[in-house]
Amino acid sequence: METNLAPLLPSAEVVLTALSVLLLDLFIRKDEKGLLVWISLIGLALAGGMALFLWGSHEGAFQDSILLDDFALFFTELFLGAAAITILSSVHYVRETNIHEGEFYALVLLSTFGMILMAAANDLILFFLGLETMSIGVYILTGMWRERSQASEAAMKYFLIGAFATGFLLYGIALIYGAAGSTHLGRIASALGQTKSHGSIILSAGVFLLFVGLAFKVAAVPFHFWVPDVYDGAPTPVSAFMAVAVKAAAFAGWARIFLYQLSPLQSEWTLPLKALAILTMTVGNLLAISQSSVKRMLAYSSIAHAGYLLIALVAGGESGGQALLFYLLSYAAMTFGAFGVLIALKEGENDHEAYSDFAGLGFKRPFLGMAMSLFMLSLAGFPPLAGFTGKFYLFRSAVVAGHIDLAIIGALNSLLSVVYYLRVIVMMYMEEGGAEGKPFARAPYLYLAIAIAVLGTVYLGVLPAPALDLSRISFISLH
Amino acid sequence: MAIGLTHYLVLGAILFSLGLYTVLTRRNAISVLMGVELILNSANINYVAFSHFSSGNVDGQIYAIFVIMLAAAEAAVGLAIVLAIFQLFHTIDVGAVETLKE
Amino acid sequence: MTHPFFPVLVLFFFAGSVVLALLLIAQMVGPKRPNPVKDEPFESGNPPKGDARIRFPVKFYLVAMLFLIFDLEGVFLYPWAVLFRRLGIFGLVEMGIFLTVVVVGFVYAWKKGALDWE
Repeated sequence: METNLAPLLPSAEVVLTALSVLLLDLFIRKDEKGLLVWISLIGLALAGGMALFLWGSHEGAFQDSILLDDFALFFTELFLGAAAITILSSVHYVRETNIHEGEFYALVLLSTFGMILMAAANDLILFFLGLETMSIGVYILTGMWRERSQASEAAMKYFLIGAFATGFLLYGIALIYGAAGSTHLGRIASALGQTKSHGSIILSAGVFLLFVGLAFKVAAVPFHFWVPDVYDGAPTPVSAFMAVAVKAAAFAGWARIFLYQLSPLQSEWTLPLKALAILTMTVGNLLAISQSSVKRMLAYSSIAHAGYLLIALVAGGESGGQALLFYLLSYAAMTFGAFGVLIALKEGENDHEAYSDFAGLGFKRPFLGMAMSLFMLSLAGFPPLAGFTGKFYLFRSAVVAGHIDLAIIGALNSLLSVVYYLRVIVMMYMEEGGAEGKPFARAPYLYLAIAIAVLGTVYLGVLPAPALDLSRISFISLH
Repeated sequence: MAIGLTHYLVLGAILFSLGLYTVLTRRNAISVLMGVELILNSANINYVAFSHFSSGNVDGQIYAIFVIMLAAAEAAVGLAIVLAIFQLFHTIDVGAVETLKE
Repeated sequence: MTHPFFPVLVLFFFAGSVVLALLLIAQMVGPKRPNPVKDEPFESGNPPKGDARIRFPVKFYLVAMLFLIFDLEGVFLYPWAVLFRRLGIFGLVEMGIFLTVVVVGFVYAWKKGALDWE
């Protein structure tokens, strides 16, 4: 039996790293745990190198149920980067909170493996397995801060709701399998072409359940109610990881399944998806305004951003796909940055997550203040930052696809969002007496993560052309 | 009357509804978990039934094994989380565990 | 047919009505004549002794979880064992990788003291 194993290399490397971290953690002393950070980062870098090496190869493994095209590789690099930044920004956090370091890094790596599988899966059941690998890892990560009751509560909510959504997804896949005779996306697509009447009831039901399951995972309104509590209760680096990587993975699956393979059904799901996008943006933004905790505000803002991303899915086609991938990149940079600054404010028992804790930060810690202002402006969509460019292409793709109303609602929504993003900046520069924030010497890794986020936010805003090209090439490789 | 695909599908649908009912009405975390397991198993019935009657391959039966495995992993993690909840709150009532509020 | 998603609506209507019907039937048809004997947890005729809600040591849960996981890993060995010859060296290597991952988990559980009873 000949099998081409090259497409498995990056994900295998990630698993290998996770297992080594897990094993090594058992045999080293407590003061040597810094080693684990380096092993994880080197493992991620190696996996990234392999993915880069495979770029453009478009190879498949196991009868093409794993397809490492440029689309999958783009997301692989995104997930690896997200995992690296999560690990960098959690080094100090886990020490302060007595979270077990070895398990924490290993779980981040294992969930990353699940995400890579999700992006590369060309078979619904494999996609499902990747999703579960990712989700189970993140459930545990959410509850890892055992002493904090909110973390356990968040873990329970996330787990129960996640498992519920999983059930929907699985049942949907079962129905699609019944209607198409296979879970392989290519064969489903060809089955769609032939039989329009026979089995279409089962197929529609399956697609609908799949749709709902994925909507839970990307936290689209009305399936969003768990997000604020879970993001609020989880350790902050994990919230960032969830907001960026988990969401990106779900969107990767959505793009591959719906935008590409199930595109013959596009006319049927465009309308519900459009409603979902409008609801998600509007509700997310409206609820974000009334928050008093910045962490909760960021949770609602992540819902709103899921709404913006849904616009790209409605628009579809080349411009929609390009906008989706590019916006995910920009969103990753600015969200990681914002959560990173939040981590920097934590001191011992005090989380310092309220707006008032940001008071005067701009003068006490100029770098943190500047960085946070940048992220807030970018999230709100001010030029020339990443958020503006991303939104511009999102709305443009909507207009290209003839959904002008969607673009207008999106633009109005980003105007609305300015209110609560600017409030943070006002706090930082016009009020006094908040939290102190960590000085650089105490948290070099965290500052490195924030600096990378700043660079990303500015670079993607000022020089978007290379990243846009990359997004377009990656998306085209689906076809 | 011969037992055919439809019977299995109806059985799966009933099990799914029962699972849904359990998840939506129960307040005990363990019961909710059991409801989720019911939903997963209803999908399993569908996989095996489709595999036997309509698809002409054994893929569905393999998927059922995958899903059983996953359900076990999920149950283990779920039990661990519920245990942590009990240690902190001394209850596993989903509604009573409410510290996260705006 | 009408709208293509119409059958989905029917499915959900069906699911909802089953739930509603069950609830209503239990409410209406079920006679409610409680008496002390009926309220006992076991209707076997034996007088109940002690409380059913005793607390188990938490160790049992740990053992149960570990058993659940490792027991089900075994399921994957059966199809492989049945087709051992046909899968050949590729199957052997693949199963080796699978078992390595399982063993890492086992070593982890062991070193963490999950297998110690005391």
